[in-house]
Amino acid sequence: MKKNPSGALLSALPMPDRDHAQGPADAAIQLVEYGDYECSYCGEAYPVVKAIQEHLGERLCFAFRNFPLGNSHPHAQHTAEAAEGAAAQGRFWEMHDLLYENQGALEDEDLARYASALHLDARRLMSEVLAGTYTSRVREDFRSGARHGVNGTPSFFMNGVLYNGTTSVEEMLSALTGEAV
Amino acid sequence: MSATTTTNSAKSQVQANASGALPVGMLAPDFALKSTPDQTVRLSEFRGQPVVLFFYPADWSPVCGDQVSLYNEMLAEFQELGAEVVGISVDGPWCHAAFSRDRRLHFPLLADFEPKGEVAKLYGVYRPSDGTSERALFVINREGIIHWSYVSPVGVNPGAAGILAALEELKEGEKAK
Repeated sequence: MKKNPSGALLSALPMPDRDHAQGPADAAIQLVEYGDYECSYCGEAYPVVKAIQEHLGERLCFAFRNFPLGNSHPHAQHTAEAAEGAAAQGRFWEMHDLLYENQGALEDEDLARYASALHLDARRLMSEVLAGTYTSRVREDFRSGARHGVNGTPSFFMNGVLYNGTTSVEEMLSALTGEAV
Repeated sequence: MSATTTTNSAKSQVQANASGALPVGMLAPDFALKSTPDQTVRLSEFRGQPVVLFFYPADWSPVCGDQVSLYNEMLAEFQELGAEVVGISVDGPWCHAAFSRDRRLHFPLLADFEPKGEVAKLYGVYRPSDGTSERALFVINREGIIHWSYVSPVGVNPGAAGILAALEELKEGEKAK
């Protein structure tokens, strides 16, 4: 994964060299989510995104960036950094999914448990989380979101444009495919 | 302001222009309001540094919550650009104190409470039909002049992109001097 120069503004399109992205980099439809693992609306958006990915298959490239609202959500920062820690061990999406599927259990000990469940080096992951190894990367995601106009979570960018509709499979699919036609 | 176009539709821009908000280039009127039941903040105390002044309709309403939470998280970015952030609504200081504690806010909320909405009226962003203010943003430069402003539809969180762009512009301007 290439390091992005600090402070440089990330594009509102998935950057597969830098982001956690699923689907072909050159897919016709490009979706970026800015999310917070403790945000209940993001939890509701999680199966919606899965359904959209299922439906669009290889036509979609989806990237997830962190937008933790740490003052409202005390677990937002550590969970974001735990997912980054899992990414460093090659299992970002597995951790991402576990976090959204277990929003009621996001204490540090839960994160360690999830790391073990994913057969990761849980000790390494937790020491990185506690040392703030990924704080600056998470911040970089956050800053890019704020500059692109993210005003809460989840926020979606469809082919680089902030989506203002509701988080439903039907409405998002129609917006996504409309853009791509 | 090109930076706001990602957040705000052309339609809302028209609404902003149609509002009576004080225009860019004007001296921001000074005022003193309570930030807590026994503390008062005066705008002119910030002279010498940029100020982000945001009016919002009410404590506790969902969009406000998102907006204040966002600015709370953005404080480090605003402060890196040398700016202070101040929120204003017509709620009283006790209400602000409870709201601020609940949201763990790290910037002051001022009570435009008595006479109600006086400062909002001074800035041209009072909504008599609702008895609250518009959701209005003002970026004031270090000389106290309104450098940028934006009035968002009441139900829409205007985000921080426009504010950041305005503060960066001010910083660039300072460097150029």
